Amino acid sequence: MIATELELKQAQDEYASCLERERIRILVCAGTGCIANGAMRIYEELTRLAAETGDLVDIDLLMEEEAREGHAVVKTGCRGFCAAGPLVHVEPAGVLYTHVKAEDAAEILQATLQGQVVERLVYRDPATGQPYPQPEQAPFYRRQKRQVLEHCGSIDPERIEEYIALGGYQALAKALREMTPEQVCQEVMASGLRGRGGAGFPTGKKWEFARLQPGDTKYVVCNGDEGDPGAFMNRSLMEGDPHRVLEGMIIAGYAIGASEGVFYVRAEYPLAVRRIRIAIAQAEEKGLLGDNILGSGFSFRASIKEGAGAFVCGEETALLASAEGERGMPRPKPPFPAVSGLYGRPTVINNVETLGNVPAIIRNGAQWFRNLGTEKSAGTKTFALTGKVRNTGLVEVPMGCTLREMVFDIGGGIPGDKRFKAVQIGGPSGGCLPEEMLDLPLDYDSLQAKGAMVGSGGLVVIDEDNCIVEVARFFMQFIQNESCGKCVACREGTKQMLALLQKIVDGKATMEDLDLLEEVATVVRDASLCGLGKTAANPVLSTLRYFREEYLAHVQGRTCPAGVCAAFRHYAIDPEKCKGCGRCARACPAGAITGELKKPYVIDQTKCAHCGACVDTCRFGAVEER
Amino acid sequence: MVGGWCEVEVSEELTAANDLQRRNANMLVAVECILARHGYRRSELIAMLQEIQEAYHYLPEEALNYLATALGISPATVFGVATFYAQFSLDPKGKYLVRVCDGTACHVKNSQRIYDRLAKKLKLREGRVTSADGLFTLETVACLGACGIAPVMVINDTVYPQMTPEAAEAIIDALLQRETKAQAESASVGERNG
Repeated sequence: MIATELELKQAQDEYASCLERERIRILVCAGTGCIANGAMRIYEELTRLAAETGDLVDIDLLMEEEAREGHAVVKTGCRGFCAAGPLVHVEPAGVLYTHVKAEDAAEILQATLQGQVVERLVYRDPATGQPYPQPEQAPFYRRQKRQVLEHCGSIDPERIEEYIALGGYQALAKALREMTPEQVCQEVMASGLRGRGGAGFPTGKKWEFARLQPGDTKYVVCNGDEGDPGAFMNRSLMEGDPHRVLEGMIIAGYAIGASEGVFYVRAEYPLAVRRIRIAIAQAEEKGLLGDNILGSGFSFRASIKEGAGAFVCGEETALLASAEGERGMPRPKPPFPAVSGLYGRPTVINNVETLGNVPAIIRNGAQWFRNLGTEKSAGTKTFALTGKVRNTGLVEVPMGCTLREMVFDIGGGIPGDKRFKAVQIGGPSGGCLPEEMLDLPLDYDSLQAKGAMVGSGGLVVIDEDNCIVEVARFFMQFIQNESCGKCVACREGTKQMLALLQKIVDGKATMEDLDLLEEVATVVRDASLCGLGKTAANPVLSTLRYFREEYLAHVQGRTCPAGVCAAFRHYAIDPEKCKGCGRCARACPAGAITGELKKPYVIDQTKCAHCGACVDTCRFGAVEER
Repeated sequence: MVGGWCEVEVSEELTAANDLQRRNANMLVAVECILARHGYRRSELIAMLQEIQEAYHYLPEEALNYLATALGISPATVFGVATFYAQFSLDPKGKYLVRVCDGTACHVKNSQRIYDRLAKKLKLREGRVTSADGLFTLETVACLGACGIAPVMVINDTVYPQMTPEAAEAIIDALLQRETKAQAESASVGERNG
């Protein structure tokens, strides 16, 4: 139980001295990605082998026996380098091993104990193949500024002691001791922190607005409904450093005068839910949540609500409806949630990463935060870099980093020497930016001006093998599925846009359809209530703006330049190679293939449905695709 | 009190109907427990539905009606919530819930082909999502947030990274084999006992 600030300081010293007595720390990444690749088996194997040496310690043991030293094997959150997982990191040597298997555990442990390095497992830059035993030197990490993610991958997210040892909850102590709620709001406002969920509203302003509302019952809601396909920053932060987010939430509660906080987390993120739940229980046990926190008289509680799979619930009023057990449908604003939110009470809704930024701002001051990033977009931003890029993973850079640095330096460029086509940013609400935009700085205002948005920070790289019209169709399909149905413009408009895009990829569209698509897109944007509808047309409008010639190729040229759209593919049977077995004729769903056994078969192009079933079934490679 | 209605004597012909009734009664007891755990709060409706689905792998109609009555809201409201969210299903699902991720990162890495291959493998036609033997339900999911290891497939709670159509098919084959083996074993046990 930590009842006062002094006790928190003493606890920090005690835990820190425990961690110092861990002579070697072997960190096994236990994020969703690495677990999928078998990280838990590696962890178990390393623990078993280390126990055999008799030197295995953990923080419980170190607290019990003050003279004890030894080696620790620790499960951590995401190090951000999912593509090379499972990852094992050895401290204090700072060596990173990639693609580790359970069988490698013995070798890693032995080498580590002898102060050596297992060369064959050392991280190599995928672009150049150069080994980097110290990953900080590698291009993927070198240009990053890991601020919110500073503990992700180096602490055990299921141990509050490790977070406290590194100065955790000191920001809360400082806010409670030195600052009035008004001063906390002012400090956050001065820092220039803007909402990391996408829209970029100044966080301090939001807090101040809620603080000034009358009433005893107020709420803080953490929006962990990261629904954008292609984004996983919030998941990683909740999995890797849950206490940071929780501390941010408690500070927000103090600032606005709330006594309850709710984490709204997607049900698709079971591990994040589990780790937040553990964090809340541990903070309660230590007295950092509950009544009279650190003797300040301020009381705060937190709980979790799991989402149930609806993208629209990322919108704040829809989220509130869902948290109250209703259909997750948005409502008009005003009243803003800061006036009438959860159960009709003043409520502040902040994104996971926004809250994750708060402790460091309170600890280091607004000016420190302002020095990071650009003038209007202060601080750092996490991005999920995925798609056709060599280094896929979780990245954190100062705001204002260019797309080029992101894709080619940190991301290591496109695999297979393919040509870069576009980067899709901001998920289904964002847009596709072409090569000419690569030098665009990543900040709220620059992207908005170009018809895209930071969104929550998903960056999907698209290369010449992807058809941009098909990508737009994909997003429209997603949005059409996820439209809640409240506004006619969004409900019907997305369906019509999807039908038009389908027509284009099916090779049946005319130039009028293209104009109609643009018109419908504009109407949906102008006539929808919430963010989902307002931005639903962004993928269409941005691709029409930057990749019009690819649309024209489909409509006028009757061809798909990327060779993706099946309707434009032609199949023919090479009579030289065909043995006349008849397999393709039996497989063809359209009955387009005819012939006599043991003689070459022929495809009737007027009947062909372009499905490619014949290619898959032919054993002789006789079906040619053009 | 619970189970009191089961003591009524019934004729042979009614046994089947009785079994069904008993199963429903057990289910309603389970729903009642869930309601109590959440303090009969309307705002906990989604959490309650999640627990019912967890227990039965779908939302049985009787359970939803009971829930509505107990909460003092209309069944339409409960069905409205249940049908709004992608997580909930009103139809029974297979023993193995196979979800192929079709998020952006997986999509640009050809996740559709994985889905198509599995749909063919499980002989799913005309919008059916569960295989005829009731073992597999095939779905797509918008994004699992595991984009760094795309394309991804999840079976129940296990995440399979960097999938190809062939690898996905092999995993289904392995599960099928395990099931056939388990069935053969239970059949032979049945023979011995019989």
